[in-house]
Amino acid sequence: MPEPVIRVENLVKRYGSTVAVDGIGFTVESGVTAALLGGNGAGKTTTLSILLGLLLPRTVHVFGEDVLRHRYRVLPRINFSSPYVDLPHRLTVRQNLSIYARLYGIQGRTERIALLAHDLQIEPLLDRPSGKLSSGQKTRVALAKALLNEPELLLLDEPTASLDPDTGDWVRGYLEDYRERTGATILLASHNMAEVERLCSEVMMMKEGKIVDRGSPGELIDRYGRTNLEEVFLHIARDKRAVLEPVA
Amino acid sequence: MTNRAVRHFGEAAFSPARVWAMLLRYLYILRSSWPRTIELLYWPTLQMMIWGFMSQFLRTNSSYVAQAFGVLLGAVMLWDLLFRSQLGLSMSFLEEMWARNLGQLFVTPLRPYEWVISLLAMSVIRVTIGVVPAALLAIPLYHYSVFDMGLPLIAFLVVLMAMGWALGLAICGGILRHGMGAEGLAWTVIFAIAPLSCIYYPVTILPSWLQPFAWALPSTYVFEGMRAVMFEGHFRTDYLFTALALDLVYLALGTTIFFIAFRDARRRGALLQMGE
Repeated sequence: MPEPVIRVENLVKRYGSTVAVDGIGFTVESGVTAALLGGNGAGKTTTLSILLGLLLPRTVHVFGEDVLRHRYRVLPRINFSSPYVDLPHRLTVRQNLSIYARLYGIQGRTERIALLAHDLQIEPLLDRPSGKLSSGQKTRVALAKALLNEPELLLLDEPTASLDPDTGDWVRGYLEDYRERTGATILLASHNMAEVERLCSEVMMMKEGKIVDRGSPGELIDRYGRTNLEEVFLHIARDKRAVLEPVA
Repeated sequence: MTNRAVRHFGEAAFSPARVWAMLLRYLYILRSSWPRTIELLYWPTLQMMIWGFMSQFLRTNSSYVAQAFGVLLGAVMLWDLLFRSQLGLSMSFLEEMWARNLGQLFVTPLRPYEWVISLLAMSVIRVTIGVVPAALLAIPLYHYSVFDMGLPLIAFLVVLMAMGWALGLAICGGILRHGMGAEGLAWTVIFAIAPLSCIYYPVTILPSWLQPFAWALPSTYVFEGMRAVMFEGHFRTDYLFTALALDLVYLALGTTIFFIAFRDARRRGALLQMGE
């Protein structure tokens, strides 16, 4: 049986006395789009940061590699995008993309940037300062940066936050195409339930640093007797018990 | 593009291409704002002019300056070199903090030490842009050329640049540890060592209990060495070697502080959050 792309076991992260991630474990198989769902402070972004090696907790495995010990075997194969982490504002979009392409050692970076700019419809933005873009434009540019190295694992934090419905739908379509074309694995953290229902075959519901339930969107909806994932989310978020029984 | 090539590149423990990518980023930033470039020239030139006129005045009123006209001008230029080498490193570092860019950078294959090398290279570029025009301007204005010091000037330059880097790395470590509230350190810390560096006066002026502290600074050897060259006409190699040895100690200390702070920032999750 092939090694899952992501393998996390008993992951704990504390900030002082606050437990951000409380002993979670999960795997994500190759080619799957999975989601971490949860309210603010549930531990989604912390989990993504750990997978990216930006936080040093106990070890996690990506592509079968221990991220703490072999992060530079992992990093060339992954990338991430978040609306909360802008590209430097004073550089133009082209300069920013060019620098990140160099950091990944991409050969033919001019052609790669041109291709992504065409695909993501950011060609008219290439020579504008990154700080002067609208939210929707920034999101598409951030996605272009995240796809520069054609990652086998794409980590996305709120990939369509602050986008209008049309642009959000377009981005979701692009991500579906990317997964189908490259066989990439995608793990996203989102508050957008419709997005998760459309993109993801696996969902991990997080609350107070724990994974309290998991399954496909359909399974979760059936299990809670609801009509959509948003109702499941609200059910879990408003459950009066401090934390539901974590799922093993 | 092949994924294998990207992987191979990313796994290489050191890559000049990644260092160049970071250096290019800082050059783009510098190029994007001409007021910032002017600012690099502004302060060293202003300092040089003030001390140039002061030297002209003192030449007729002070036997000390009369013996060697450039003693104050040379000192101010060398001091500026030290200050600019530290500030040049710290400013490029702060650009990443202001842009909240550390989270983006350190999910790429960029190694922290490659970043540091690009910061050092940028420090050299900023010093060159700032100090060299001021030194050249002193030639027609005051008929004084700091380049007349010859080879000793290169030795002084190496010692001061290395000391500026050591300080800059320690300051950047402090900012990584304490966040943007500590960014003022980049402009202030170096002035704490100015009185002890004996820029404009000999070490013997200091109280005897303070002199050992002064001799613990590489910069003190440079300014004493400069005065030896200008007044006595000989280069003190003993000063040079002591200063270089001290530089190595301070560089090791500065580098250690920086990398401990960087690792601590990763442990705390500060790389994603750090910024204005």
